[in-house]
Amino acid sequence: MTTQAVEVVRPAPTTISGRILRPLSSTPVHVALILLALIWLVPSVGLLITSFRPRPDIGSSGWWETLSSFNFTIDNYRNVLNNQGMGAAFRNSLLIAIPATVLPLLIGALAAYAFSWIAFPFRDTVFLGIVALMVVPLQMTLVPVLRLFQDIGDTLTGKPDLLTGSYMGIWIAHTTFALPFCIFLLRNFFITLPRDLIEAARVDGATNLSIFFKVVLPLSVPALASFAIFQFLWVWNDLLMALIFVQELGLRPLTLKIQEVQSTYGVEWHLLSAGAFLLMAVPLIVFFSLQRYFVQGLLAGSVK
Amino acid sequence: MSSTTTTPPGAIVGPQTPRSRTAAFLSGGWQWLAFTGPAIILLLVFLVYPTVWTIVLSFYRGRGRNLFSDFEGLENYKRLFTEDPRFLDLDTFPPGGAIWNNVLWAILYTGLCLLFGLLIAVLAARVRYESAIKAVIFLPMAIAATAVALIWKFVYSPNPNLGVINAVLSGVNITPIPFLGREGTVNYALIWANVWASAGFAMVVLSAALKGISQEVIEAARTDGASEWDIFRRIQLPLLSLPISVVTVWLLINVIKLFDLIYIATAGGPNGQSRVIGYFMFTETFEGGRYGYGSAIAVVMLLLIIPIMAFNIKRFRSEAVQG
Repeated sequence: MTTQAVEVVRPAPTTISGRILRPLSSTPVHVALILLALIWLVPSVGLLITSFRPRPDIGSSGWWETLSSFNFTIDNYRNVLNNQGMGAAFRNSLLIAIPATVLPLLIGALAAYAFSWIAFPFRDTVFLGIVALMVVPLQMTLVPVLRLFQDIGDTLTGKPDLLTGSYMGIWIAHTTFALPFCIFLLRNFFITLPRDLIEAARVDGATNLSIFFKVVLPLSVPALASFAIFQFLWVWNDLLMALIFVQELGLRPLTLKIQEVQSTYGVEWHLLSAGAFLLMAVPLIVFFSLQRYFVQGLLAGSVK
Repeated sequence: MSSTTTTPPGAIVGPQTPRSRTAAFLSGGWQWLAFTGPAIILLLVFLVYPTVWTIVLSFYRGRGRNLFSDFEGLENYKRLFTEDPRFLDLDTFPPGGAIWNNVLWAILYTGLCLLFGLLIAVLAARVRYESAIKAVIFLPMAIAATAVALIWKFVYSPNPNLGVINAVLSGVNITPIPFLGREGTVNYALIWANVWASAGFAMVVLSAALKGISQEVIEAARTDGASEWDIFRRIQLPLLSLPISVVTVWLLINVIKLFDLIYIATAGGPNGQSRVIGYFMFTETFEGGRYGYGSAIAVVMLLLIIPIMAFNIKRFRSEAVQG
């Protein structure tokens, strides 16, 4: 298919017959692209339409038949938000994702600044060591980190669930796991800032902390935004870490709630479709409003 | 720079001022510790130490109250690769088991993502609605694997009133196929669902790389009489080899870490036929309570990721030297 498609497009034709033929010969490209767009759109559109259909309709006719019989409701959303506790789970997802984005951003940016603009022994070795930690899969750390959380809670307060019964555990876990990539991405951005600017600020007597906050951070908004978007979506979409590190049922995020609804009621599409779109709503908003940073971040460091 | 405003009025500033030892500590050679300290402590405690812990535990039986009581050496690894058909089954043809499924994933998922990513990047560059089509293909990248699993579970549903594929099939009088419920189809169905979710990544990276190729070179080749296929094959494709390897690495690592999609879509079923290594580690550890065995699986995952990452770094280096 590539061959055909590539061969048909020619430099702008100058003859009249060429002008007539050109749109005809590019037809295969349009057909192929529209077909691909349909393959990519139909699955989500189908579930989206289903989420607005009354429960009895869902099993008795296909969502594609709604074009002829117009019958929609928001009851499924009302149901999952109020009765299935997805409203609370939605809030939990935000309460997990926002600090788990801000914390690694701040801690990682501070470290990345030192790795870029403060000289200290073995600096590049330590940096490489941190970058190397990106290879560690999540599964390597689940059990020992869970036990560490319990030990820390036990030692500090006598309650083993101090960290796993609150958001603290999942915040720490997400922050730590994000740091290698964060430091890698931000350090690579920070070192591209003009040296003269930093030196000038130093000569003016600025401390590292004020250079960090007043010079480096304001100039690095694109990199910071890219990381923040990635990290936020990663945490929002995460299931595995929440499954292990959020032990308190009332604190569980939306991904876990959907899984819970699925295992409690079986495959009830009026609940699952609405749940899926609640889960997708936030990433879609983030994606459409911040698409530029999103794609930039992807191209900058496609590692995570 | 406004930095001077932070100095309190009357404070003595200047290089000639002798500093006290505390001041030297605060502003001098030890500052890097304050900046890197929080990150390094977190990484040491919650990433480096746990990694070592898991590697050590993989040499123990690791069950019951005291995990580190029965040292077994390489026993867990031996069992994984020779005695556990759930992990690797070479007695059947084609082979089976979680790690074999990862091989299947690595080939098909990676290949199809690259194929569709490249195809769409090349085709979309030739039409006026390029950004719209790219947004449509890229969109699934942003959503959770949990949602991807549900979306495709719905598409694959054997009920022709729910699943659009079986609706079409029953329209031409073919009995509905439970794509996710049948051993022969489940892996391909899951792989396709994830290709749908990830091809946008390949498309974005390859499309950016294609745009970076100098238009003059292509025009020059055209003037010399090269066909569009020659231009693609001889100019664009070789220049795409670095971005292709970057995307391949990202996709392969995705395959090794795969968990959420399987957990929601099939829970490894039917009959454990859609297990992959990341999912198998989870069930052995948290459902089976076999911590030593689960640790060995995690170590295998790490050992699979290291050479893939190393290849990428090496590749980058040699490109940098050449370029």
